[in-house]
Amino acid sequence: MSTWSYGVSAILGMAVVTFVTRNLFLWSEREPRIPQSLRRALQVAPLAAIVAVLAPEILMAHGHVVDTWRDARLFAAAAGTAWYAVRPGMMGPLVSGMAVYLPLHLGLGW
Amino acid sequence: MTLRALLRDAQFRRGARDMLAFGPALVAWAMVSGVAMTQVLGPWLAALMALTVFAGSAQLASLPLLATGAPVWVVWASAACVNLRFIVFGANWRPHLAHLPRGRRVLLGYFLADLNLVVFQKGWPNARPEPGQAAYIVGGAAVSWSIWQSASMVGIFLSSMVPTAWGIGFAGTLSMLGMAYSLLNTRVAWIAGALSATAAIAAYALPLKLNIVVAIAAAVAVGLVMQRAARGTRRVSA
Repeated sequence: MSTWSYGVSAILGMAVVTFVTRNLFLWSEREPRIPQSLRRALQVAPLAAIVAVLAPEILMAHGHVVDTWRDARLFAAAAGTAWYAVRPGMMGPLVSGMAVYLPLHLGLGW
Repeated sequence: MTLRALLRDAQFRRGARDMLAFGPALVAWAMVSGVAMTQVLGPWLAALMALTVFAGSAQLASLPLLATGAPVWVVWASAACVNLRFIVFGANWRPHLAHLPRGRRVLLGYFLADLNLVVFQKGWPNARPEPGQAAYIVGGAAVSWSIWQSASMVGIFLSSMVPTAWGIGFAGTLSMLGMAYSLLNTRVAWIAGALSATAAIAAYALPLKLNIVVAIAAAVAVGLVMQRAARGTRRVSA
C-alpha cells in the first residue's frame, strides 16, 4: 500500500533528521573551536526558541498580529502571567490559563 | 556505570526530579501532538512517529505536509529546518558530554530536546563542565522520554474523543509560558526574550518555521553584543 510506505519512509527519514541535527556537534571526537563569548551567547538559545514558538501562538491569528482584544488567548496568557508572578511554577499558568481560555473560547466564541 | 548504580546515583535522581517538575508541560504537549498526529496519520503511523522522530515541533510541522501528500524530501527538509535549533543546542551540550565515548554521547544526544537543555541550564547555573552532569542529563532524559511517550500514546488513544474545536492545543502553548518565565532571570535573558518574540512575529511569513531560527539568531547576536558592551564598560571603569 503506497500511502503506508509513503508514511513510513517520511517518518523514518524525519527520525534520521532528528538524530543528525541533535548530534551534529556531538559526533566529532575533536572539540569544535567555539569562541568563549559565542559559547556564552548561545546560552540564550533555548529561551529564544521557546519564546519564538510562544509569541506567535498567543499574539497572532491567520498570519497577522491580533487586532482585537476579544481573543481568549490574550486573557488566558494574562491570567497565566499573573499566576506565575504570584506563585512561580509550571502547573499554575497552565491551569489558570485554561480556566480562563475555555469559557471565553467555548462560551463566547472568542 | 551499571544500571543499578545509575538508578541510585544522586545526580541521576536530581536530574529526574528536576525534569519531573516540568511533567505538566510535557504531558500537555505530547497529548496535543498525539491527537494531531492521529487525525492525519491514523493510530499506527502516529505511534511510529512518536516513538522514532521524538521531536514535537517537527512532528506537528510535518502534519499539513503529510496530509496533502507532499514529496518525502519536502517533509524531511521541513523537519531539518524546524530542527535547526538542535544544532545550536548541541554546541551547548558538547562540553558537558565530551568525556563520554562517542557511542554513548550520540545515543544520549538523540534524547535531548529543548526541555532537557532548559532543565539542565537551571540545574547547573555555572554552565561549566562538572562531574555528575552526564548522570544528571541521563536522569532527566529518562523521565522526559517516558512521560512524552506515554502521554503521546494517551493522546493517540483518545484522539477520537477530543474535539479539536475546544482548542486544547492552546494548553501546550500555556505550558510553555511557565517554562519561558522560569528562564527570564537575568537582564540579558529579558532582552534576548523580547527580541526573540519580536523577531519570531516579524519573520512569521517565512516558510518551514524558519522564523524560529531567525529569532534564535537575533537573540544570540544581542547576547554577543551585550557581552562586548559589558566588557567595554569594565575597561572604561578600570
